[in-house]
Formats: sequence, C-alpha cells, structure tokens
Amino acid sequence: MQAIAHLEDFRQETRAWLEANCPASMRTPMVDAEVVWGGRNPTFVNPESKLWLERMAEKGWTTPTWPAEYGGGGLSKDESMVLAQEMSRINARPPLNSFGISMLGPVLLESGTHEQKSEHIPKIVRGEIRWCQGYSEPGSGSDLASLNTKAVLDGDDYVINGSKVWTSYADKADWIFCLVRTDSDVPKHAGISFILFDMDTPGVTTKPIQLISGMSPFCETFFDDARAKAANLVGGLNNGWAIAKRLLQHERTMISGFGLAGSQGDRGGTTSTMDSVERAAMHYRGDTDKISDPGLRDEIAKFKIDSAAFALTSQRSTEESKQGQGPNATSSMLKNYGCELNKRRYELLLSSLGSQALGWEGEGFASDEIAVTREWLRSKANSIEGGTSEVQLNVIAKRVLGLPDMLSLVQK
Amino acid sequence: MSLVLSEDQQLLKDSAKAFVDQNAPVSVLRGLRDSKDAQGYDQNLWRQMLELGWAGMAIPEAYGGFEFGYGGLGVVLEESGRTLVSSPLIATVLLGASAINELGSDAQKSEFLPQVVSGELLLALAIDEKPHHRPCRIETSAVKSGEGYVLNGCKTFVLDGHIANKLVVVARTAGAIDDRAGLSVFLVDAAAEGVSINRSWMVDSRNSAMLSLNNVKVGADALLGAEGDAYTSLTRVLDIGRIGIAAEMLGSMQQAFEITLDYLKQREQFGVLIGSFQGLQHRAAEMYSEIELCKSAVRAALAALDDADKNDADIAEFASIAKAKLSEVATLVSNEAVQMHGGIGMTDEYDIGFYMKRARVAAAFLGDALFHRERYASLNGF
Repeated sequence: MQAIAHLEDFRQETRAWLEANCPASMRTPMVDAEVVWGGRNPTFVNPESKLWLERMAEKGWTTPTWPAEYGGGGLSKDESMVLAQEMSRINARPPLNSFGISMLGPVLLESGTHEQKSEHIPKIVRGEIRWCQGYSEPGSGSDLASLNTKAVLDGDDYVINGSKVWTSYADKADWIFCLVRTDSDVPKHAGISFILFDMDTPGVTTKPIQLISGMSPFCETFFDDARAKAANLVGGLNNGWAIAKRLLQHERTMISGFGLAGSQGDRGGTTSTMDSVERAAMHYRGDTDKISDPGLRDEIAKFKIDSAAFALTSQRSTEESKQGQGPNATSSMLKNYGCELNKRRYELLLSSLGSQALGWEGEGFASDEIAVTREWLRSKANSIEGGTSEVQLNVIAKRVLGLPDMLSLVQK
Repeated sequence: MSLVLSEDQQLLKDSAKAFVDQNAPVSVLRGLRDSKDAQGYDQNLWRQMLELGWAGMAIPEAYGGFEFGYGGLGVVLEESGRTLVSSPLIATVLLGASAINELGSDAQKSEFLPQVVSGELLLALAIDEKPHHRPCRIETSAVKSGEGYVLNGCKTFVLDGHIANKLVVVARTAGAIDDRAGLSVFLVDAAAEGVSINRSWMVDSRNSAMLSLNNVKVGADALLGAEGDAYTSLTRVLDIGRIGIAAEMLGSMQQAFEITLDYLKQREQFGVLIGSFQGLQHRAAEMYSEIELCKSAVRAALAALDDADKNDADIAEFASIAKAKLSEVATLVSNEAVQMHGGIGMTDEYDIGFYMKRARVAAAFLGDALFHRERYASLNGF
C-alpha cells in the first residue's frame, strides 16, 4: 500500500512538473526535421526543443532509469512507467533521440568501469556527445565476427587501421563505439574488443553513402593509424563479442519498435498523413464506405490484425521481462516481425496510393506522397540492418528452438 | 488489462495440463473414433472434468458456478486442445451456458446454469444453416402460435447436437434473411416432437450433427431474451465462443509445433539431423513467431472478456483478431507439421494428422480467417 501511495505521489509531482516545464510546441506530434540528436554541434530547428532537452536532462529524465550517480533519473521501473504514462498523457515529445541512450549506455552501465561510466554516461544523458556505431565492415555483414579492423597496443593507446560501413550518421557523430580485432590468432569471436574513441581523432575520415531512397543516413568510415586510449576499451581485452551481442539485443529491441503503429524512429515509419493505410486506400481509390477492391481490403485487414497482435506481443514481452530480466531471445523475434510489418505497411501504401506513390520529385506529387515513396525504399533496409531477417531466423532456430547448428551460421 | 497469467490462472493451467497428460492423451480420441462411440466423448473423463469444476469455471457464483472468469476457462480449453480432448466443454460450457447466461432471464439462469455445472444438462448451439458461417443468414422460422411458438427449419454443424438434452436454436421471428433484426433464440428440448437429429461424422472425429425442426411447438418460456432482438447478445455469445475456440486452437498448435520440433531433432537424413537444415529452420522460426503472436491475441481477448471496462465493440474486435489470426496460423502450423514429418506424417498410425484435421474444423467453426478479416474491416470502417 505504501508503495502504491508513493507512486501516486510521484504521479502528481510528475504531472505538475511536466505541466510547468514541457513547452507547448513539445506537446505536438514530432516532425522529422525537429528530432533532437544532441552532440557538440547540436541543431535545434525549434528553439523550444533546446529548452525541453535541458530541463529533462537536468532531472536525468532523458534516461529515467539510469543511476543518478551518473546523471540518470534514478527512477524505479514503476516510476519510469508513470513518467512515460504522464508524458504520453500530454503527448510530450521524446526530448532526445540518441544511439548513446538506446545502444551504448545500457551496455556501458552493465560492463564499463566506474571511470568509463563517469566520463561518458553524463554526456549521453545531457545529449552533449552524439555517438555512432562502428560494427559492419565491407567484408563483414551478416558474418560480423569476421571483422578485420585492427587495433594494436602502442603505449597507452591502441592504433587502429581499417574501415567500417553502414555507420549511421558517422559524419555527424562526435564519438564512435567500435568493434576492433585485437587478436588474429584465435577463433574469430575470441579476438574482438569493444573500444570508444573520438571521431575528431586524426586519421578518422567519413564518406556518406547515397541510398536507393536518395537519402544518405549512412557512411563509410576509415581509420588510418587512428589512436584510441586503451582506457576506453570496454569489458576487457578480447571480450568485445559478448558486449557486441548484448548491444545488438538492445538495438533489436529498438528496431522492433518500428513495427508499432505511430512509433517514431530514424529508420522509417514517420510519415504523418499516411498513418492509416486503410484511410489512404479509400482516399486514393475514391471509396466512401469501404475499400472497393476486396483483395486489397483483405490484405489490409490481415496487416492490421498482425500489427495488433504484434503490439500485444510487445506489451506481453515488456510485462514478462518486468518479472524477469532485460531483453532476451524474443528480441530477435520482435525485431524480425516488426521489420517485416513495416515493409508490408509501405507495400500496402504503395498499392493504396497507385501512381501517386511512384513520383520521385517535382510537380504533381505532394510532399507526403514523395515521403511514402522514399520511406518505402528506406524500409527495405529494415530487414537488413541490425542483423538481416535471415540471421534473426537463424538465431531463433538455434537459441530459442534449440535446433542443431550444423553450418555454424550463428555466432556462438 | 494484463497479458501475463495471474498466479491462480497459472496454477490452474499447470493442473489442467497434468490432468490432460495423464488422463486424456490423443489415444482417447482415437479410441472413440475407432469404436464409433455412440456418445463421441469419454463419459468417465467428463465426470472427472466436472469434479475439477471445469464446467462452472466462467459461470457466476449466483448460478452455482465458480466465477473464475473466461481467463480460467481459456487456460482449460488451451490445455485440453493440446491433446484434442473431445468433451462437452465447448458445446455445453463455452457456447450453451454462455447463451443462457447472456440471453436468459434470471429464472432461466437459476434453473439451467446449475445443471450445467453439475453435468446434468448437455447443450448444443444450433445456428449455421449453410456451409459458411453467417450469423444473420437465418431462414429457420419461429411463428407465434397461442402462448408459444412453432419452429421450422434446418441446421448444420451443430456441435454435440446428438447428445444434447436441450438445443439453443437461433430462429427468425421477423425480417428477411440476412437481417439483424428479427432474430430470436429458443431453448428447445431435444426430445420434443418434430425434432430430428442426425449425427455427422466429421473429419476431426469430434461430435457434430444436422438438425431439422418440423413444426416443433415450444412454450413462451423457451424464448431466451427478447423476441426479435437477440442480435447484440447473440453476437457476444458467438464472440465468447470464437475466443474460446481460439484458446483451444492455441493449445493444439503449440502441441503440433512441439511434436514437429522434436521430430526435427531426432530424424536423420544424409547423415545429419534434418533440424540442421536451414530450409526447415527458418520455417520453424517463422512458425514460432506466429505462435507468439497467437498467444498474445488469445490472452488479450480472454482478458477483455473478464474486463468490465470493455464494451461489446471492444470484445468484437478482440474476438475477430484472435479468431482470424488463430485460424490462419493453425492452418499453417498443421500443414507444416505434416510436411516436416514427411511420409510418417501421412500415416493414420501417427498422431500429427489428427492435429491437421482438428485445425481445419476449428478454423471454420464460427467463422474462418476470411470471415473475421472481413468483419474486422467492417468494424473499423473500411
């Protein structure tokens, strides 16, 4: 009873604080251009975004459950749920979108030293440093553990040589968390380390990659005798694979959110007026009471039913992990299903909009129609990034279903 | 509305599983089929199920039940689905008792529901008249005559029709075929003059019958609910039935999947276990994912039935999500189960075929995946 009374008090305090501190424009649906990524040279298209970030960061509520010792909110799971409910009640925007929060922070808190946490976590909480992820390499995609970027100890530094690819926003990031090979004479999984370094380090260069959607959210990243402090090696020498896998679980949990209707993310799924596939279908087909094409109508119903069952499964998984531990094997299942759903959504939008979804630029196409075209193309990466759908299915088959691993396709 | 089982529900599920494993393996159904058992269910087993309180699970305490909710009945149905148990649990408890509970007067509930709990009364719901489930496509007529009514018409796919003491008959007292208005529900004595019941031998070896009503006279007290105005309550009864069947399908599909998974880990070809082939692994992983979605859809629908804040429209949506999804995935999993077993999956001696047969009957009952996707679209205004 005491706990319930405490939570109720917390709810009232939180509600009052949000009422007083959340600026009016931060209570409207997020638009792509106004997403806040933080960093050394942050852009705030809307000045109230800056105010909102500062106020939330001051309370540690950009990362509500992280320890207060490192600048986090120090909230219990129940309190953080209350905060999320109260934010959602007033449609408050997330103050900060960050790979530091969704990917690096959780593993750093789990495996970092006190010094590493003290140095990096508070800056993540306040959005002062923008992080990017150095995982994939030109020759190491699904077979990530074959990575070849070398780090050789020289005094207090590691000297790094090699290249990464598909580094999201590397050209805008301040620091990188990076997988490097620190031992080439052992099985591939056993010679990898996880290290952090500044993107301003001499010898680090980036080059954006133009995608089929016309956008360039990814880069190639090159390391030419770049020096990283050995003190920033996380989780112990040659123990990087365990950290990498743990981080991938957090990443997959994040990506699976893209299958949830209305979710915001940088990987597709943010177009505003096309939120409802069935409305779009009726609008563009000129239907009034129902979708006149029975085939399309059935496919959309199937998609919506799958989306509803998927959202319920995410909810169930959250409830179950609340009773147990953090992300588990189901994160592979959720990631895979969520991505496939997002791809289905865009295919159905394309069917629904007809030729209005086939424009590239210029007159004759509204901006939200062009956005559907571009996001449809963008969505194709959903089942490639963070582990392809095929790799996710391998992981489920082996780890969840216990099927034999004759081909050793799934990394141990 | 929580999607994880409560401690009590988990305990009930565990004990139901233990009971079914020990007393009602698939061989019981096989035996009933091979002996062409007159009742089509194991009466001794049913007596034990009654003793466990399964018949009164969702019935209010005021009418002799245990008021453990549809969440309770759902886990029992799920576990009984694992071994394809044939019993009056669906026709009498899930459908018949729900019809009386949702439509009946206090007097009718007081009279009949305790008889369901004790096992004295077996019921059967007679609604479908054509090969496809369409709840308003009712031609069976009930014409006012003196104090009562005279019923005429034919019904098909009546689960437990040939063993029920009383039939819950959906008839038309007014309106044209397909009209929502004018539907009425009657409780008809199976022994009444003019009632003729012919058992149908179904592919799943479970009970079903065809019913014909020729000038069957019933009293005014046979009417369940208001004359001509049954549509709303009847829809709720059907939704309870759809959700319960989905729970049963969830148990059957999990069992079929687990049997198949075991087989993939035992069967060797080309000198290796066939479960090491990626061609099978990915299909197994996809089935696992779909079954996870099915679990969530069923848990949510059962929880919605027990949640006083959910209205009929909410229930309708949850029911159609669950029945559409479960019908689709039950078909997928049972087809894959037979295919992955190869030749042995085609033999009658092996149990997996029973799961495919039951999956088809359950998928069609009270609306298949196409029916429920169409309904979902209509409910959501597209």
